[in-house]
Amino acid sequence: MTSAGSGLTVWQTCALSLLVFTGASQFALVGALAAGGNPLTAAAGAFFLGVRNAFYGLRLSQLLALPRAVRPFAAQWVIDETAAVSLAQSGRRSARIGFAVTGLSLYVLWNLTTLLGALGAEAIGDTDAWGLDAAGPAVFLALLAPMLRTATERTVAGLAVLLGLGLLPVLPAGVPVLAAALAAPVVLYAEGRRSGGRTDGTEPGDEDAPSDGRGGQR
Amino acid sequence: MTIWIAIGATALGCYAVKLAGLLVPAGALERPLVRRLAALLPVALLAALTAQQTFADGHTLVLDARAAGLAAAAVALVLRAPFLLVVAAAVVVTAGVRALGG
Repeated sequence: MTSAGSGLTVWQTCALSLLVFTGASQFALVGALAAGGNPLTAAAGAFFLGVRNAFYGLRLSQLLALPRAVRPFAAQWVIDETAAVSLAQSGRRSARIGFAVTGLSLYVLWNLTTLLGALGAEAIGDTDAWGLDAAGPAVFLALLAPMLRTATERTVAGLAVLLGLGLLPVLPAGVPVLAAALAAPVVLYAEGRRSGGRTDGTEPGDEDAPSDGRGGQR
Repeated sequence: MTIWIAIGATALGCYAVKLAGLLVPAGALERPLVRRLAALLPVALLAALTAQQTFADGHTLVLDARAAGLAAAAVALVLRAPFLLVVAAAVVVTAGVRALGG
């Protein structure tokens, strides 16, 4: 919807949505182009926003154990939402189902709404008035909550929130979230130090030993 | 044309990073430390995203109706409400606070 208003054609808008399929990057690209930015600079900013998907991929490849041949196809669906849903499942089977269902339904819905939006259906009005902009963070919170089982996870989440918000005003879009990812290694390092130089500071028998499954106590 | 170049570059770059994560060999992920890290990274990313979507307006931090909505979602989660109810609570409370002029 935003992109149609910034000089992109319907085709360009839909191609962007189908090919890039990671919302934040699309908005960033469109915003930078609309502001008259150089196309490669705009692409670089959008790329930064997409880098976090690599971290999701790291975790998802263990969790889903996809055959190599399937990975290039699954990759396009590695985004915030599919990662959150898959990680909230308690077994490999349900994680795979969660990934596939979330990926497919989001891909279809996202591209359909892009098409409708690009065709000029701006008649929906102000979705913010209905509070729909709060749905996104609420979904993330609901998926995140079951992962916060131990003090380690809670510390990481708390530190990530501080970094993400604290750096937001000073760094370009997309970078604060990446910086917030540093909370994970920082907390792990601090934990390793605190456990008194025990070289096995990261017990393999820790709660995520069976690599399939995080949380999901519902 | 330049727009197509930008779209193409973004699509390639974004796809490459998605695939890169998936293609890291399983052997490299066997090490306990790497495993812990890979498990904690999504926690950090999701927490930061949740906070930003609630408190950010572009590059500025704001406290608006969304915060009330997220607080309602948190309460619903503590009460072990089902997923849809949690999201509905956030939406309804946010809309309500806005309607009251928040």
